[in-house]
Amino acid sequence: MGLNISLAPDILFYIGTTPITNTFFWSVIVSFFLIISFVLIAKRLKDVPSGIQNIIEMLIEGSYSFVESIIGPGKKAKRVFPLVATMFIFIVFSNLLVYIPGQSAFTLNTADGPVAIFRAVMSDYGLVLMMTLVAVIIMQIIAIAISGPFGYIGKFLNFKSPLKFFLGIMDLIGEIAKIVSLSFRLFGNIFAGEVLGAVMLFLFPFFTPLPFMFLGLLTAVVQGFVFSVLTLVFISMASETESE
Amino acid sequence: MDVQAAKYIAAGIAIGLGAIGPAIGEGIAASKALEAIGRNPEASGKITPLMFVGMAVTESTGIYALVVALIILFG
Repeated sequence: MGLNISLAPDILFYIGTTPITNTFFWSVIVSFFLIISFVLIAKRLKDVPSGIQNIIEMLIEGSYSFVESIIGPGKKAKRVFPLVATMFIFIVFSNLLVYIPGQSAFTLNTADGPVAIFRAVMSDYGLVLMMTLVAVIIMQIIAIAISGPFGYIGKFLNFKSPLKFFLGIMDLIGEIAKIVSLSFRLFGNIFAGEVLGAVMLFLFPFFTPLPFMFLGLLTAVVQGFVFSVLTLVFISMASETESE
Repeated sequence: MDVQAAKYIAAGIAIGLGAIGPAIGEGIAASKALEAIGRNPEASGKITPLMFVGMAVTESTGIYALVVALIILFG
């Protein structure tokens, strides 16, 4: 087959000895774009919103009330909102960037032949894994802060009865499985969408990929939503005090 | 049978069998959510996001199968 599919992102160029891959390149561009545009909007906030400020306010207010409905109103929602909202905006924005027409035509000539400059940012497992690790580490820190270090360890190593010991070990495995499932869900969906689009384009160009593109558009938004909401749900589960 | 052919067959079996469970599960989730919205249309704003979260959790075994298939094929 003439398809060129690889799990690892392609290397564009080197800065010193550090390889710069195409996904890394684009994630930096997306980050800078989001930071600069949000700073610019924040600088010229008006009391009577107009234009783009309307849209941003609607987005932020809607997501804030959604966060409040899951984790409960007050200090908790205020603290967790920046994290999950940033994850949501970053994931959705970088996923939707794939659907700019014509971007896949740009290539860069490197030593290993031409390499596409653009690649879906979330189809790089390294980035997704790092985002998941940030989320999971925050969950563990919150759990430790809520139940204390001994209570936290006691949740996993319980010697009161064989059954409780077994359940504790299962909890430990569940915490590790969270990393795998959370990261592979986002990575798998986006990567599969990319591969599916490529295969369909290869089989019969222009018309067969259309329904799959539409499905991918839905997936791009839903997966960003799901990733941030699951992080939110796990954090709110970790932050609940045990009432016994 | 050479190794490459065995790889293709293995990837096909992995994703084919792995897709059965999540497909049934997501179908049940969607049907129940639609049923609930049909009974109480005002609650659709609350049901729909929860349905997507539930579907995403159901989907994870399918995603595992997909990842295994992709690793067999390209890894």
